[in-house]
Amino acid sequence: MQLLNASGCLDALTAPGVARALDAFVTKTVTPQEREGNPPVRIAETDFGMLNTIGLANPGRDRFLAETLPALRSIGVPLWVSVGGFSASDYAQTCAALDGTDGVGAVELNLSCPNVDEAPESAAEIVAACRAATALPLYAKLSPAAWDVAEVARAVEAAGADGLSLVNTIRGLALGDRLRPQLSRAVGGYSGPALKPIALAAVYACRCATQLPIVGMGGVQTGRDVLELVACGATHVALGTILFADPDAPSRVRSELAEAVADAGFENVDDAFCAAHEAVALTDNSL
Amino acid sequence: MRRERRSVVAVEWLGAYALLRVTRGSLDPGIPGQFFMLEAPGRVLPRPMSLCLAPRDELAFLIDPIGPGTRALAALEPGEEIAVFGPLGNGFRLDVPRPLLVGGGIGIAPLPYLSEALERPPAVLGFRTEQHAEAAVLVPNAEVVIDPVLVTEAMPAGRDVLACGPEPMLEAVRALAPAAQLAWEAPMACGYGACYGCVVEIDGKLKRLCIEGPVLCSS
Repeated sequence: MQLLNASGCLDALTAPGVARALDAFVTKTVTPQEREGNPPVRIAETDFGMLNTIGLANPGRDRFLAETLPALRSIGVPLWVSVGGFSASDYAQTCAALDGTDGVGAVELNLSCPNVDEAPESAAEIVAACRAATALPLYAKLSPAAWDVAEVARAVEAAGADGLSLVNTIRGLALGDRLRPQLSRAVGGYSGPALKPIALAAVYACRCATQLPIVGMGGVQTGRDVLELVACGATHVALGTILFADPDAPSRVRSELAEAVADAGFENVDDAFCAAHEAVALTDNSL
Repeated sequence: MRRERRSVVAVEWLGAYALLRVTRGSLDPGIPGQFFMLEAPGRVLPRPMSLCLAPRDELAFLIDPIGPGTRALAALEPGEEIAVFGPLGNGFRLDVPRPLLVGGGIGIAPLPYLSEALERPPAVLGFRTEQHAEAAVLVPNAEVVIDPVLVTEAMPAGRDVLACGPEPMLEAVRALAPAAQLAWEAPMACGYGACYGCVVEIDGKLKRLCIEGPVLCSS
């Protein structure tokens, strides 16, 4: 089990020590053109999570390759590049540019940003175009808002995805005292502790549908949360909103994980892989 | 910058504001104008607070309890622990020959520590009520104005202005003193460049206040 960050939840250049505490660093999403992102106000706290409308702020593909990537490489942590766009060819061109680039271990296709207006083409079309453009491992990052996320998982697997990242944020809205939206664009991506049951359900459903590696993420705060995602079928786990509150979360979560594994009656974390599915099988058999 | 669990020494009320004092541990108090992220008990995100005072073995933060996070901070009891992360961001430049501190409301928060560093220069502080103005005792050599009088009406000319306050005040100060150093505020989730939530327009571009600021030179 590898511990990663959720894309957009850590800048390895401003906090290299935090990035080095992870097994791999996932970049903020790179789009073909530079994007300044959405105007402020961009974030709002809610009772059980937070909303963001950053809007894929990034320097664009060319500057990412020329400036950001070399700087990230010098940090010495394996890199995953999150790739975004507004058409299959947008994604594929960035994948082609990354193909054969030193230091990039995998590409995560951001198929599910809730904060941009442009609707991307279907997840499977984008994955197929990227598959043709690169030999790098391709992880498809999916939205938990799909009616049947397992169906999307099967489709991206058939299109050539090597893994899944589950889940992105889900759209939410928060109002201020005067009943006006707190965020500049009203709606934003909802993350934090409230997302955990949604993430568990998505990982669980997709594990029933595919044997692909899954990076589980959504509301992870503790080692126990990591273990629950693994029990639902995650092979890796990413930290998101918790990194904002606690930059020491990677090492803390790892030490809590060891304890949580023992408390749940397992020898090591790998033994707990898919444990939640076995429990259902037992329940079914007992009927 | 370090993150440590620190225990609360006291919460002292100064009119409408609460001065939260925590043990310093091995945290560096940093430069005046820098800030710390304080864990707000029961909340998802910490709150950014500039350092108000650095008494021996302590760090003190001035809190305006206006929301769930700041109210949780102001309700802390001595002995309770919170995570404190910092110092973060860029503080004020202290190499100014004729400093004048200008603060508005909770924006006076970094001025007591700044005043100490600059050897108690003159200050002009503005508040919306007499009760809020009670916090002015923290800043030596201060002239206090209360709404509807504005700090810009009391600012002497020809000084090197270092200011912190609400955005309209900072804009008005900048109009009078174009070279002023201004400490800005924005909602922040992380304080260390991770979230891209605290962007403000700097030189025509959206930049992260936690990395580029919070103190910016206006010209």
